[in-house]
Amino acid sequence: MTVLVTGASGMLGRAVARQLLADGTPVRTFQRTPSGVPGVDDHLGSVDDGVAVRAAVQGCSGVIHLAAKVSFTGAAADFDRINVEGTRLVLESARAAGVRDVVYVSSPSVAHSGASLIGVPAGPADPVHARGNYARTKAVAELLALAGSAPDFRVAAVRPHIVWGPGDTQLVQRVIDRARARRLPLLDGGAALIDTTYVDNAATAIVACLDRMDQAQGQALVVTNGEPRPIAELIAAICRSGGVAPPRWSIPGSLARSAGAVIERSWQRAGRTGEPPMTRFLAEQLSTAHWFDQRHTRSVLHWTPAVGLDEGFDRLASHYRR
Amino acid sequence: MVALPGVDPSWSTFTDVPSTSGADTPGTAHRWHYLDNGAGRDGEPVRGTLLCVHGNPTFSYLWRDYLAAGLAAGWRVVAVDQLDMGYSARTGVFRRLADRITDLEDFVAAVGLEGPLVTVGHDWGGVVSLGYANRNRESLVGMILTNTAIHQDPARPIPALLRLALARGVHGPGTRTTSTFLDVTLALARPRLEAEVRRAYKNPYHGIAARHGIANFVSDIPVGPGHPSHPALTAVAEGIRSITVPVLMMWGPRDPIFSDPYLEDLARRLPHADIHRFEGAGHLVQEDADTAATAFQWLEARSVGLDAPVAPTHRRAEGGGYTPLGQRITELAAGPDGTSTAVAEMTADAAPRTLSWRALEDDIAAVAAGLTARGLGPGSRVSLLVPPGVDLTVLIYACLRIGAVIVVADAGLGARGLSRAVRGAAPDVVIGIERALFAARVFGWPGRRISAAPLSAARRSALKVDASLDELRRTPTTSLGPPAGDAHPDADAAILFTSGSTGPAKGVVYTHRQLSAMRDAVERTLHLAPGTALVAGFAPFALLGPALGATSVTPDMDVTAPRTLTARALADAAAAIAADVVFASPAALRNVLGTSDDLPASGRAALGRVRLLLSAGAPIPVPLLEAVQDLLPAATLHTPYGMTESLLVADVDLAGIRAAAAATSAGTEGSGNGVCVGRPVHGARIAIAPLDATGTPGPDVSTTPGVTGEILVSAPHVKDRYFRLWKTQQLSAGTAPWHRTGDVGHLDAEGRLWVEGRLAHVISSPAGVITPVGPEQALEQLDGVRLAAVVGVGPTGNQAVVAVLEVERAGRRPRLAEEALTRDARIAARELGTELAAVIVVPRLPVDIRHNAKIDRTRVARWSARFLAGGRVGSL
Repeated sequence: MTVLVTGASGMLGRAVARQLLADGTPVRTFQRTPSGVPGVDDHLGSVDDGVAVRAAVQGCSGVIHLAAKVSFTGAAADFDRINVEGTRLVLESARAAGVRDVVYVSSPSVAHSGASLIGVPAGPADPVHARGNYARTKAVAELLALAGSAPDFRVAAVRPHIVWGPGDTQLVQRVIDRARARRLPLLDGGAALIDTTYVDNAATAIVACLDRMDQAQGQALVVTNGEPRPIAELIAAICRSGGVAPPRWSIPGSLARSAGAVIERSWQRAGRTGEPPMTRFLAEQLSTAHWFDQRHTRSVLHWTPAVGLDEGFDRLASHYRR
Repeated sequence: MVALPGVDPSWSTFTDVPSTSGADTPGTAHRWHYLDNGAGRDGEPVRGTLLCVHGNPTFSYLWRDYLAAGLAAGWRVVAVDQLDMGYSARTGVFRRLADRITDLEDFVAAVGLEGPLVTVGHDWGGVVSLGYANRNRESLVGMILTNTAIHQDPARPIPALLRLALARGVHGPGTRTTSTFLDVTLALARPRLEAEVRRAYKNPYHGIAARHGIANFVSDIPVGPGHPSHPALTAVAEGIRSITVPVLMMWGPRDPIFSDPYLEDLARRLPHADIHRFEGAGHLVQEDADTAATAFQWLEARSVGLDAPVAPTHRRAEGGGYTPLGQRITELAAGPDGTSTAVAEMTADAAPRTLSWRALEDDIAAVAAGLTARGLGPGSRVSLLVPPGVDLTVLIYACLRIGAVIVVADAGLGARGLSRAVRGAAPDVVIGIERALFAARVFGWPGRRISAAPLSAARRSALKVDASLDELRRTPTTSLGPPAGDAHPDADAAILFTSGSTGPAKGVVYTHRQLSAMRDAVERTLHLAPGTALVAGFAPFALLGPALGATSVTPDMDVTAPRTLTARALADAAAAIAADVVFASPAALRNVLGTSDDLPASGRAALGRVRLLLSAGAPIPVPLLEAVQDLLPAATLHTPYGMTESLLVADVDLAGIRAAAAATSAGTEGSGNGVCVGRPVHGARIAIAPLDATGTPGPDVSTTPGVTGEILVSAPHVKDRYFRLWKTQQLSAGTAPWHRTGDVGHLDAEGRLWVEGRLAHVISSPAGVITPVGPEQALEQLDGVRLAAVVGVGPTGNQAVVAVLEVERAGRRPRLAEEALTRDARIAARELGTELAAVIVVPRLPVDIRHNAKIDRTRVARWSARFLAGGRVGSL
């Protein structure tokens, strides 16, 4: 009954592994560096390494596939290799090894063309209109994964939206670092309503999906806390948890979006690695509403988030106080 | 077969029709194009056939929605292209009205359409369809008319647009050699037609040769008695008076051609017709509003095409005693108190104007005679634009006495809203103060004009005023009208317009019996005995004073702005008649309190004698009532709940509000979450239509405590119907015998009604339905919050709840609330089970003009949705 978790060195992957263990499920993990989760069977390797992947899936009944290249920047080929081909390899290996169920961890950005999303259900993955290499390749991979779903090899996609929590290097640490450096403006006063997901809630939803494959197979399910908030409030709460002052200055979103596009290009042209101070994608994320309809997800998964936003921020604050 | 966007290609049909028209040589046949939805072709049962006739310059495409809706409703729908129009043949012959009626008969015979048949017409097609109906009554079961005309009043100019199209030098180029007439007509659509639809309308009319029909149609408009088609038109116009089948008229009032006077003319020829005016829609009403759905809803409601059609009865025959509204005046005038004061009117700088009961009775009789002498009588509509006072009182009771219908619209609607209301009511006469007559002149309101005050000859002619009120009074007694009490109890008595705070103002029709029931409800609920003296500072109730046998005084104030009533003006009015009762609006009360500091001792003494205050129209917060109590220490303070459609539904006084608060604290089932408005008034019953998960009320009716739903009321004083809003009336009266108020609320275990807001403002969140008033009350308890609106953003069923707060020191621009206020607001809302997604502060929330208290939550919700979608938005 072992479940393989790929990408278990990230915050969400670790949380999923821990949740499975807490439920009494034997866990094998697969990633390039040790997961650091006590009690799991760590397999080290990359998802573009066929031999390593085939070895990892051997003997597992289920796979939760989180491993991905997550970044706002980078070469398109790298995203394709890890996110598309890596997923294809995991799926093929799993099927060949007799794995029964696969949960593909996706992202709502696969259906996001840049316009605001207001209370909508999960739309179809759309690689053509998705913004940026990450969203595009995740969309291709999700289509690939769900297309392969069959009664004897069931696949579902879970799309947690903006996952955050203690130990988060993607969002929380970036917000805090930028705020501390006073490089984090609010866009249009930060009024855009945003859904986010506390990490433990994302983890329980993903594990619930494995249990509810009868209902979930073939579907893509957006997962959030179901508590949309203006982005300024979320940023302020993160900043306070990290002990820095929330940003108080605001610039027009339209300016940030066009500036982001320019900065992104000149950053690449200058051959600089690392992350530019603003990208068009980031500006869009910060200035347009995106929140979702959770009713279908919750009824399919028989799941509700256990940790509310307020409690999540309390936990984040005590993490930083340590 | 013609390919048309949005039309099933199989509906498009051509057929050759032998002509019997005198315009053609015998033996001629013409090729007709028509659309036929084919219902019944395969033997399935159909209710009947709709025969749809377009006008100029459209064609069968106009009726495409009817063809589709007909299939679903079990009706065959056939829409013709008249000859020389659309894709039918160009005959090369000038076809006049009589020919076109014969043409349609030829078509029906050739295609073999049998009854039951409903004719449907638009524009000049309306005339042709009526001509057909008039001559073919055996198969006729109904008629539907949209923006058309059957008669040109010789006293009125023909519509400017047609006058232009007929003008020498314009007619040919305008209608035939260019497509101007076509383009102008299509440009009347509101909102604009989509390019694809516009192209479809223009396609059959490319080229001069294709447009002869358009030009000839315009030439065939019988502009006067000498016109060749005038006899044919007159025959139809007079003939239809004897048609008794159900009739539906659907109108777009924003029509520069067939405006409201033409609807009025048709309504008088077919008085049993159901009418719906789609406010905001124009000439191409089929494009602007969903007339197809309404048409089939009506066919169903009236059982058209079935063996026993439902007679269009607005009248509810009700037994029981009935005394006319004005009867007390006559009785008191004849009695021992005939010389005591009946009405008084305070003025700024002169002695009060007063009339005794006897003088009032005589004045009413004189004005009634004057109105009768000017041809007004039962069913005439009289628009009264006169401020409350002696003259208005006299006019109201004079109209009621002769059976004329009073039309009362509030200046609070604003110039445009008022104009829309008066036009829609199509009054025979407008009686007004000079300002109102000026508006009548500027906006071209229908009806003759009578001035309330004498005017100079120059003014009279400038404003086109027929007579003054004083001239009405002086009408020789030889032309005295019918005696008092002549009006039928179940005939229309009044049309009162709603405030327009929830969409365009609607006309609400009351019968005489219903007005009398309103008087009884006020009298019995408030225990008003004869001999009462009341200050009538609140328009709808003010007219009831004389009917109650109460001495009434109007205070000196600008009635268009209730907040101008000062404490001194109120006290002066009260002192003038030793008043023991005061009717005043909540907005007026606020101003009275704001100006009470400089009230002399004599004024305080006058107010100290008041034993009852009634203030209705908007909720009054308890602190405000408590301040009023300080000013009126001896008064019980009543704040009844009602609306234009039922001026009184429930009543409560300050002690009752306190008892309700105590019941909430004590945990009485259903107490709390809303404004307590007390228990049903005399004669009224209240029930609830519970809401489903999307916030929509169902057909069930409940009185279970704590169940939230649309508030339903049934009482003898509820409105008869909406005026020319058939569809709205169906919706409001669909759950007989209840009137759907459009408000939401619930009952508690002790029979009190709690109002939770407007149905349109209900929020449907994933956690369930949320009503705004409860959380708003909680938020208004927070420091610095003056007013709160709680609204939903996002799709139905998945809305996020947002609080928009009007705060002191908000700054100029709307913004997210400070951290502390956001937290406090969340905690306050959470205690009521509501989770706020965002808290926004604004310098000012939009409120209605009339009461200065009802928040326009629809607008707040729309604005909040934009604000929270990101991007820049303007102020609220």
